[in-house]
Amino acid sequence: MWYYEKKLQYPVKVSECNPRLAKFLIEQYGGADGELAAALRYLNQRYSIPDKVIAVLNDIGTEELAHLEMIATMVYKLTKDASAEQMKEAGLGAHYADHDKALFFHNAAGAPFTATYFQAKGDPITDLYEDIAAEEKARATYQWIINMSDDPDLNDGLKFLREREIVHSMRFREAVEILKEERDKKVYF
Amino acid sequence: MFTQYKYWKPYISPLDPCPPMRVKSYNTPPQVYITFQPKGLDQYGTAREALYCGTLWPALFSPYPDPHKRGDQDE
Repeated sequence: MWYYEKKLQYPVKVSECNPRLAKFLIEQYGGADGELAAALRYLNQRYSIPDKVIAVLNDIGTEELAHLEMIATMVYKLTKDASAEQMKEAGLGAHYADHDKALFFHNAAGAPFTATYFQAKGDPITDLYEDIAAEEKARATYQWIINMSDDPDLNDGLKFLREREIVHSMRFREAVEILKEERDKKVYF
Repeated sequence: MFTQYKYWKPYISPLDPCPPMRVKSYNTPPQVYITFQPKGLDQYGTAREALYCGTLWPALFSPYPDPHKRGDQDE
């Protein structure tokens, strides 16, 4: 169960209507290494992971939902006052035809979101290694989007989100170390 | 030296529908403990042995299934 706080984790400010940037940013909304995939991956894996590391997955999965809201807000602000003509010029003609200005879970190339973007292998080391890789991929995606963006206000939010990927990666690496630890060396016969 | 299998006791609810598995295990294979393979690790005595194990180095060998498993209802 969750409690909802009606505010964003970090303030989102967008300086200009820029649907082209929204087209790139949607990668972090419904892309393979985006915030939705991250949230669903961690919140799903937590059931079958050893209890020492459940809370890491629970808390990070929850924070990913907060990031998802930030991305949604950014995309919404970037497009909400764009004309149909501007949407078309930004390469969002196909999106506009199907969704108007509504958000939709797809990647920058328009491929719809799919659960095949992530795994739950059940092997704790395997799952945590995937989680570390996912954080690094998301960090890289933020970098490439920041490289293409000339909106300093938006970049401030993106830099915050990039930094969170680094912190999450650290936490998952620590979780691996916890699972590697020799606790009770009890051998079963 | 590290162990290649770890055991943990999951939470058992009084309302669980199935008979509980009180101990569960997971695999921590050798490569997660070695950051960079050191030079000159011991090798198996014969090529045949190495072939059967799938590696030249005993330090990289990971038995599966867990050789210490009890083989009853607990994993």
